[in-house]
Amino acid sequence: MTALRVALIGAPNSGKSSLFNTLTGSHQKVANYPGVTVERRAGTVLTEAGENVYLVDLPGLYSLNDRSLDEKVSREILTGVHETEEQPEVLVCVINAANLRVHLRLVLELKSLDIPIIVALNMHDLATRDGIEIDVARLSEELGVPVMTTIAVKDSGVKALKEYLSRDASAYAKPTGKPADTTTRALQKEAGRITKLVTIKEGGQHKMTRLLDSVALHPVAGIVLFFTMLFFMFQAVFSWAEGPMDFIEGSFAALGEIVATYIPEGILRSFIQDGLIAGVGSVLVFLPQIIILFTFILILEASGYMARAAFIMDKLMAKVGLNGRAFIPLLSSFACAIPGIMATRTIANHRDRITTIMIAPLMTCSARLPVYTLLIAAFIPNIKVMGYFGLQGVVFFGLYMAGIISAIIVAAVMKKTITKGALQPFLMELPKYQLPRLRHVFLELWQRVRAFLRRAGTIILYAAIALWALTLYPRAPENAPEADIYYSFAGMIGRALQVIFAPLGFNWEISIALVPGMAAREVAVSALGTVYALQGDEDQVAQSLATVLQSAWPLPTALAFLAWFIYAPQCLATLATARRETNSWGWTAFMTGYLFGLAYLISLIVNITATALLN
Amino acid sequence: MTKYLCDLKVGDQSIILGFDTSRVEDQEFAIDLEDRLLEIGFEEGLDVEVLHKGTFGGDPLAVKIGTITVALRKMEAAAIILGEK
Repeated sequence: MTALRVALIGAPNSGKSSLFNTLTGSHQKVANYPGVTVERRAGTVLTEAGENVYLVDLPGLYSLNDRSLDEKVSREILTGVHETEEQPEVLVCVINAANLRVHLRLVLELKSLDIPIIVALNMHDLATRDGIEIDVARLSEELGVPVMTTIAVKDSGVKALKEYLSRDASAYAKPTGKPADTTTRALQKEAGRITKLVTIKEGGQHKMTRLLDSVALHPVAGIVLFFTMLFFMFQAVFSWAEGPMDFIEGSFAALGEIVATYIPEGILRSFIQDGLIAGVGSVLVFLPQIIILFTFILILEASGYMARAAFIMDKLMAKVGLNGRAFIPLLSSFACAIPGIMATRTIANHRDRITTIMIAPLMTCSARLPVYTLLIAAFIPNIKVMGYFGLQGVVFFGLYMAGIISAIIVAAVMKKTITKGALQPFLMELPKYQLPRLRHVFLELWQRVRAFLRRAGTIILYAAIALWALTLYPRAPENAPEADIYYSFAGMIGRALQVIFAPLGFNWEISIALVPGMAAREVAVSALGTVYALQGDEDQVAQSLATVLQSAWPLPTALAFLAWFIYAPQCLATLATARRETNSWGWTAFMTGYLFGLAYLISLIVNITATALLN
Repeated sequence: MTKYLCDLKVGDQSIILGFDTSRVEDQEFAIDLEDRLLEIGFEEGLDVEVLHKGTFGGDPLAVKIGTITVALRKMEAAAIILGEK
C-alpha cells in the first residue's frame, strides 16, 4: 500500500506549524518548490496503526486567491496541476478555537475542492485558559466534515487525529453541502453564522497579551525594548560565539596537525590540510553564530514578539519600500550575510524577499573586520578629529554607514525597477503571546543548521578545493624571485585581472590576493601575507603586513581597497546561500554583478578623487 | 461626516460600517484590498478598538476586532468606514 498523501493547510497563527512538528517530529524535510521561493515542508507521520502517512505542509494562508506565490503554489497542489507535487488525497485544515470566524472561512473555501477534509480544531491551552467553549459536534454537522480537537503542541493532543489518518484513502468521505456562493463576503457571512451557532462561551480577552503589548507596542517603551533586545542579541552572537568559534578553529588546526604527522609532505597532505580541512573549517567556524542567532529569532517568532518587532520597524522600512519584517534579516547580516539571507524566509512577499536578499551583503559582516582593521591601522593616522573622535574610529564608522546608505539606495532603486510591483499591504495579525516550546524551537533550529551544514559539505567544499588547486598549480620554478602563488593559476588570473584593476590603483599583489579572497573576505588578508611572502599565523601576518603595506601602497590605493570591500561579494558562501534561497541563478548572477559593478565604480571614484586631492 | 478607522485615537471604539477602497491613492493596490481586509477579519458590524499606534506619525495601527488584534497601516485603515456605536 502506498502511503496516504495528506496536506496540512491553515491560516497564519492557526497552530499549523506546531501541529506539523508534533505529527512528524524529526521526520521532515525542508526545501523549495522547483523554480520558486516558496518553502516546501514535507514529512512522514507514523500512525497508531503503524502506517506511514505522507504529510505536506502547505504555506500558511487566509485564502486560495492567486495573489501571492504561496497561494498560487497551494492552489496548484490542491487542484492537482502542480508539476512536481501530487494532489493530496486528504486535507487536514487547522483552525484555531480563538479565531473561528476567520479560520472557518478557509474551511468553507476548501470544501469546493472536492477533496475529503478533516478539520483539526486547535484547542491550544490558551483557548481553554481564555475560557473558550465550542460545540464540536454541532460544528462538524454545520460544516459537513469531521472535526477533531487537537492540542497542536502535545503528542497526546494529536492522538485522535493520528488514529483517524491510519485509514485507507477510500475510507474518507468528501465534504457534503458545498457553498453555492464562493465570494469572500458570502463565505465570511456563512463562517460568521456558524461561529455564532457553535460558540458556547466566547472567552475573555487574553489579559497577558494586553499587558505585554502595552509595553512592547508603546511609542517610547516599545522602541527602547526593541533596541535593548537587539543589543542583547548581537552581544550574544558576538561574545557567546567567541569561545565555540575559537574551539572550532582550534580543532580544525589540530586536525591539520594530525594529518601533517601521518601524511608525508606533498600534494596529498597539502590537499587535505590546506584544501579540505582549511576550506571547510573556514565556513564551519560560523556555525556557533548561526545557532545563537537563529535560537533568538526562533524564540522571538514562536513567542509572538516578531510580529511586534515588525510593527515597530514598519514605518522606517516603508521608506525604502520594504515592510517591517525585512529588518531582522538585514540586522542579522551585520554578523554574517548567510544567516541573514536565510532569515528572509519570514518575509511573505516574494519581491520584498528578493530585494532584502539582494541588499543583505551590503551590511558590514564580521568577516570584513580583519580587512578593515588591517588597512585602517596601516593607513589612517591615529589622531583626533574635532578634538574628540579618533580618526580611525570615524573611518570605521564611515565604512559601516557607506554600506547601510548604499543598501537603502539599492533597495529604493530595485523597488522602482526590477522588483517593482503593487504595494504590499502590511496587514498582519498580532498573535497572542505564548511560551515557546523547546521542542518546536529545536526542530526548527535543526532544519536551519542542517541546511547550512549540507552547503558547507557540498558547494562550499568544492569551491574551497578549486581555489586550493588554483593557488597551488602550476608549481613555481626553482629559485623563483616571487612568491609561489605568483606562478599559479590564481596568480595568472590575478595578473590578468590587474589590467582591469589598474584604474583602481590595485597592483598585481592585490589582484592576486582577491582570487583566493573569494573563499571568504578575511582570506584576502592571509593571501596578501602569502603574496608579500610573510610567514606566521593570521595575527602575526596582519601586524607585519601593516608595515609592509605602508611602504608598498600609496594612500589612494588603500582607500580604494577599503571601498572595494564595502561592496564586492568576496564570499562564495554568501553567493551559494543566495542561489539556494532565491532558487534562481539569474538573481545570483544579478547580485554578483551589481555588487562587483558597484565595487569597481566606487573604488575607481575613490582612487581618482584621492589621487587628485593628494597632488 | 463619514468617519474612518484611520481617524480614531488610541482607546477609541467604534463599529465597522463598510469599506471604501477608492480612498486609497494607489489603485493597483486598492483592487483586492477589500478582500484582504475581509480575509484577515474585518467585517461589517464588528466592533473595533484602536489599541496602539506607531511612534512616528501614528503609523501603523494595532486594532482589536472581536477576539483578535490586527496591525495595519494608516493608508489601509483609511478604507474602513465606521458607524456610530
